[in-house]
Amino acid sequence: MSELKLMKGNEALAEAAIRAGADAYFGYPITPQSEVIEYLMTEQPEKRTGMVVLQAESEIAAINMVYGAASTGKKVMTSSSSPGISLKLEGISYLAGAELPAVIVNVVRGGPGLGTIQPSQADYFQSVKGGGHGDYKLYVLAPASVQEMSDFVEDAFNIAFKYRAPVLILSDGLIGQMMEKVNLKDQLPRLTNDEIIEKYDSWAVTGRKNRRRNIITSLDLQSEKMEARVHRLMKKYEQMEKEDLRYEKILCDDAEYLIVAYGSSARISQKAVELARKKGIKAGLLRPITLFPYPKQPLFELADQVKGILSVELNAGQMVEDVKLSVEHKVPVEHFGRTGGIIHTPEEVLEALEQKIIKNGNLRYHTTRESSIL
Amino acid sequence: MEILDIIQPENQVFCKTKLMTDTALSYCPGCGHGTAHNLTMEVIDEMGILEDTIGVAPVGCSVLAYDFMNIDMTQAAHGRAPAVATAIARTWPEKYVFTYQGDGDLAAIGTAETIHACNRGENIVIIFVNNGIYGMTGGQMAPTTLEGMISSTSPYGREIKSMGSPLKITELVANLPGVYYVTRQSVHTHKHARKAKKAIQKAFENTRLKQGLSFIEIVSNCNSGWKMTPNESNIWMEENMFKYFPLGDIKVDGKLKQ
Repeated sequence: MSELKLMKGNEALAEAAIRAGADAYFGYPITPQSEVIEYLMTEQPEKRTGMVVLQAESEIAAINMVYGAASTGKKVMTSSSSPGISLKLEGISYLAGAELPAVIVNVVRGGPGLGTIQPSQADYFQSVKGGGHGDYKLYVLAPASVQEMSDFVEDAFNIAFKYRAPVLILSDGLIGQMMEKVNLKDQLPRLTNDEIIEKYDSWAVTGRKNRRRNIITSLDLQSEKMEARVHRLMKKYEQMEKEDLRYEKILCDDAEYLIVAYGSSARISQKAVELARKKGIKAGLLRPITLFPYPKQPLFELADQVKGILSVELNAGQMVEDVKLSVEHKVPVEHFGRTGGIIHTPEEVLEALEQKIIKNGNLRYHTTRESSIL
Repeated sequence: MEILDIIQPENQVFCKTKLMTDTALSYCPGCGHGTAHNLTMEVIDEMGILEDTIGVAPVGCSVLAYDFMNIDMTQAAHGRAPAVATAIARTWPEKYVFTYQGDGDLAAIGTAETIHACNRGENIVIIFVNNGIYGMTGGQMAPTTLEGMISSTSPYGREIKSMGSPLKITELVANLPGVYYVTRQSVHTHKHARKAKKAIQKAFENTRLKQGLSFIEIVSNCNSGWKMTPNESNIWMEENMFKYFPLGDIKVDGKLKQ
């Protein structure tokens, strides 16, 4: 039954995993995402749906458990926070290389190093530029509410199995820890072992029966075969860009100034856009929902309409590089963000828009235009 | 009578292991891995559990085990096979899950995964081939390299003071309550291979009876890494490796041997 509840983001995500019909969760405690495994251990989904929950000895063990279960066609998830995700990256690269479906959740905290336990978006590069070794990408979903923490779990599993590829839910300590009302989805049934064998018999290792053996590996010692594997992966990523890009435009139709922000920064920036509109500034917000694939084309098109773009992130400037790449120098692009676990206020964002874009950006924009006329 | 009349299945006294593929082994001539592979596949075939067996290959010489073992297999990251096997056994409790690992994989980089899978008493079989050296990467020192033994990263011999003692991980895991069966075998003679096969059989039986973790160490040779002929390496193994890693059962039916 679908139901309305007041929940923490981390709890909503854990409950959504049960309801999405996940077969297993493997994790290791780390702030600010420990509620995920705590909720699952308390809820005992083994009794509700038969879902396995296990606290691993490390993040490394947890991601390799995910690899094991995914090898057999099971729906499996793990979650962690930044330092823990760094530990998982080898396993994530293996999942991508071996073409296995899995859902990984990062409830980001500030870094580098042990950093801080407060919210951050400083793992953008790690999430969308590889992170682990080799030529691979992750499909990255960025929830901006507790509702999306819940909704994106099923979406992530669907994408993971559509492409046989690992999917990352990139949240942060703010979305993970805050409480909001959430509409929980209906319980989906878990696939039976027979259904898994029938559905994934072409690749999953479930025991050789009436077919050739199945092998899960990311190893190809022959260069030509390895190159073919990489090309196969690249084709998947191209298809993701064509079919599964997600973004949201807020007040963009008549916007003269654009803010680009995802996750918790998007929530704050939405308020900043409202404040700007009250002051008569025609601001709009583009919220990438998937960070890979990235909304390159929508941004490229909006760059013809707006006078400047501000990339608002809880980091020292990461996504701003992708914004710049997308708009191809058509308009000035600046970054604004706090780090160290500090969350910017809507007022700070508005001030940054005025100072960095409206004041300076306009000047630079017109200077360029005039010089080109001369 | 023509020779082809004699070559009939009913006259056959020895044949290729059914569950081994026709791919030529990538192991050096004289290496014990081929025998250990054969024995494992024979047990799975004879027990009739092919349809329910999932193997986990490591990183090391046996990384390509799935090229030779004609069963469903997944290849794990270096040292993580016990974690991979844990998840498979947990989500498919009716299956037979085994890992096949070397000493670098199991006793160095994968120590944490080994100890914790053992401690949880996962219902899996771990086959641990210990040849005291990193074979695949070209003969570097392993956690089980003997004192004074020369390798490419202990070119003056393993020195205990600075490099530590060879790790008896098998004795270590035997002391964990979750572990049901621990034995140390070898495969360098027919007699030893037959005993090793019985041990492997017992281990898979334990899985069937859901007794928890079975751990089989196979002390083996690495003639290439040890820079010896195959025969010399077997003699050296008997004289040196078996002294430090004595063969025999260490824990049977959950009880440590005195």
